[in-house]
Amino acid sequence: MHPRLLVLPAALLALTACGAAADAGPAAAGGPVTVRATDDACELDRTDLSAGRNVFEITNDGSQVTEVYVYADGDRIVTEKENIGPGISYELTTQIPEGDYVIACKPGMVGDGIRTPISVTGEAAAADPEEAQAVEAYRAYVQGEADELVPLVQEFAAAVKAGDVAQAQALYAPSRRPWEAIEPVAESFGDLDPKVDLREADLEPGQEWTGWHRIEKALWVDGSTTGLAPVADQLVADIEDLRGRVQNADLSVASIGNGAKELLDEVATGKITGEEEAFSHTDLVDFAANVDGARTALDVLRPLVEDTALLAELDGAFDDVVAALQPYARGDGFVTYDTVDEAGRRELARVVDALGEPLSRLSAAATT
Amino acid sequence: MTLSRRAMLGLVGAGAVGLGAGSALPLAMGSEPVDVVPFAGEHQAGITTAVQGHLHFASFDVTTTDRADLVRLLQRWTAAAERLTTGREVGNGAGGEPLAPPDDTGEAVGHGAARLTLTFGLGPSLFDERFGLAERRPAALADLPAFARDVLEPARCGGDLAVQACADDPQVAVHAVRTLSRLAAGAAAVRWAQLGFGRASTTSTSGPTPRNLFGFKDGTANLTADDDEGLREHLWAQAGDGADWMAGGSYLVARRIGMTVETWDRSSLQEQERVTGRTKAEGAPLGGSREHDEVDVAALPADSHVALAHPSAHGGARMLRRGYSYVDGADGLGHLDAGLFFLAYQRDPRRAFVPVQTALARSDAMGDYLRHTGSSLWAVPPGVRPGGWWGDTLLGHA
Repeated sequence: MHPRLLVLPAALLALTACGAAADAGPAAAGGPVTVRATDDACELDRTDLSAGRNVFEITNDGSQVTEVYVYADGDRIVTEKENIGPGISYELTTQIPEGDYVIACKPGMVGDGIRTPISVTGEAAAADPEEAQAVEAYRAYVQGEADELVPLVQEFAAAVKAGDVAQAQALYAPSRRPWEAIEPVAESFGDLDPKVDLREADLEPGQEWTGWHRIEKALWVDGSTTGLAPVADQLVADIEDLRGRVQNADLSVASIGNGAKELLDEVATGKITGEEEAFSHTDLVDFAANVDGARTALDVLRPLVEDTALLAELDGAFDDVVAALQPYARGDGFVTYDTVDEAGRRELARVVDALGEPLSRLSAAATT
Repeated sequence: MTLSRRAMLGLVGAGAVGLGAGSALPLAMGSEPVDVVPFAGEHQAGITTAVQGHLHFASFDVTTTDRADLVRLLQRWTAAAERLTTGREVGNGAGGEPLAPPDDTGEAVGHGAARLTLTFGLGPSLFDERFGLAERRPAALADLPAFARDVLEPARCGGDLAVQACADDPQVAVHAVRTLSRLAAGAAAVRWAQLGFGRASTTSTSGPTPRNLFGFKDGTANLTADDDEGLREHLWAQAGDGADWMAGGSYLVARRIGMTVETWDRSSLQEQERVTGRTKAEGAPLGGSREHDEVDVAALPADSHVALAHPSAHGGARMLRRGYSYVDGADGLGHLDAGLFFLAYQRDPRRAFVPVQTALARSDAMGDYLRHTGSSLWAVPPGVRPGGWWGDTLLGHA
């Protein structure tokens, strides 16, 4: 059993009292900001925005694929959208506090982009305080996991660069655990997920393979770390980037609930089949972390859910999953998944499906 | 009269010459007229034909290395196909000599023709040195690239020859494939096969758009049989396209696309509609109100299925889809093995399926619920002329 599964995030519940600005809140005044990107222009319909949740309606009227960034001071990314094809529109929603920012369109997805300064004024409109608390509590959890992730990945990368295959193998699964716990949020930064968590089967022809699974294959199949130093360095850089962006993740009560459902989908389609960790077979570590993240989502949303029968069903189903994992726990981790027989896999699938069904109703229950 | 099986095959072959679309239609079940789709014509049947209710698709490996054997197989198949599509038994029928196996396996006796169509295709692997066809491989029959997120199983991919059997009665479709497989003995063997039901798209403009197993209408913007200009532009290979023997034919991409219906069913209505880009009940594009409202790609989520697959995102590329749903039992982990057997005909896959699937594989939000487990590509030659046989435009001239 992974210890985190049993720990109710007490520190996190204490945080809910702080009730800072929330993404769950109503949209900032003024309606959506339209951004028309072309090959040589980046036109905004206005540059004075109100603080709070803002929606950028981006249209690429150019001939090249473009990307749009919202930068704070020092080109710190507030939010961004890559890969907007010609003729494609995209709605980018983000929470922006008062301050000065820059919008950059990057036709061809290169260079510093065509930049327009914007200024954001006023106080964010007040949200329902309970919802705001839930969102901030979850954000604190995600931030905590991201903070924990960085040194784990650094340690793993150091072992890879030192050529210590055994040590790197030992650190591989633990270095992924916090990522798996917050995966829906991490994936919401669309550019990061393919860089750090792409499986070999997911590659496009010609696409460069980076991230954990590239190293996983080298460690378990080749038994060598030759040539992996740049991959390890890139992984560290990407994870540090993630840590810096969590504060700006677009979170809401609905997205937290959906994220919990997505975590269970991850388990049902990736881990139960043993496809996620095709070489290391450390799927159960990811499995436990996914469940951990989903249970945290339930805990932060709990005060918003009036349906006590649903809560009881979810608690029971989570307990069943934890109990089903128990026999496979070894020390801080788990047995490798290739040692779990057919009957064992069926039992894990059963408890995951039994949890997935009521969990799919959490989002609606927390928002009504 | 009694005939040996070998003689029966010869008889079927000889009979083929005189049997064309104009043959008198037999009556089945007393006086009930048989529902027959003409077999011969400029194009093969089973492409623009109004989609029937059931599918049995089979891929074959050619096991002979003798070109004459291959030609005889195709002549045998053509003759049988002409009989099967008019609801008749093959050879001497399901009766015959007591000490010999019956020529016809018999399970479709009394079922009529059920609008059976048999559509024949040639796979890229046939164009190797075995039959001297390497030089005649059409450029449009280029191997499909590997797509992101493919989880193809070799046992569900490729093949030298294909037969698509579609009928309104599943037993008629199954009987047809079984019969052709039997007639192939010694020359070809089934490599893989797929059953399908529930027509997941339509090729006609009348009637409701069918729904796939996600519960959404599929193929609203499909090419339809009455769109002559669209068919010429997007469906039929033309004489100037590079392989003259394919003029009047088409290229078929068949993909077995697993759908993880369990996780899909747990996603909210809003998520399902956002992923698809259409509303569930009406099938209207998001932002519109009716199914056939013009799709405004800019108004859809950029990673929605409709936005990524829409012709406007691919230089107007269109395909004629006539896929079927399937449920092949369970996965052993408490889930159904369900999905879509995707069938798409087009003039040139390099300008239609390949770019569309490349975009979908990269970004489609629906990709989280899909698994492409089988893939094949086929050159579907033009229709059989009177006295002709499947593939004669390619193999008829040594």
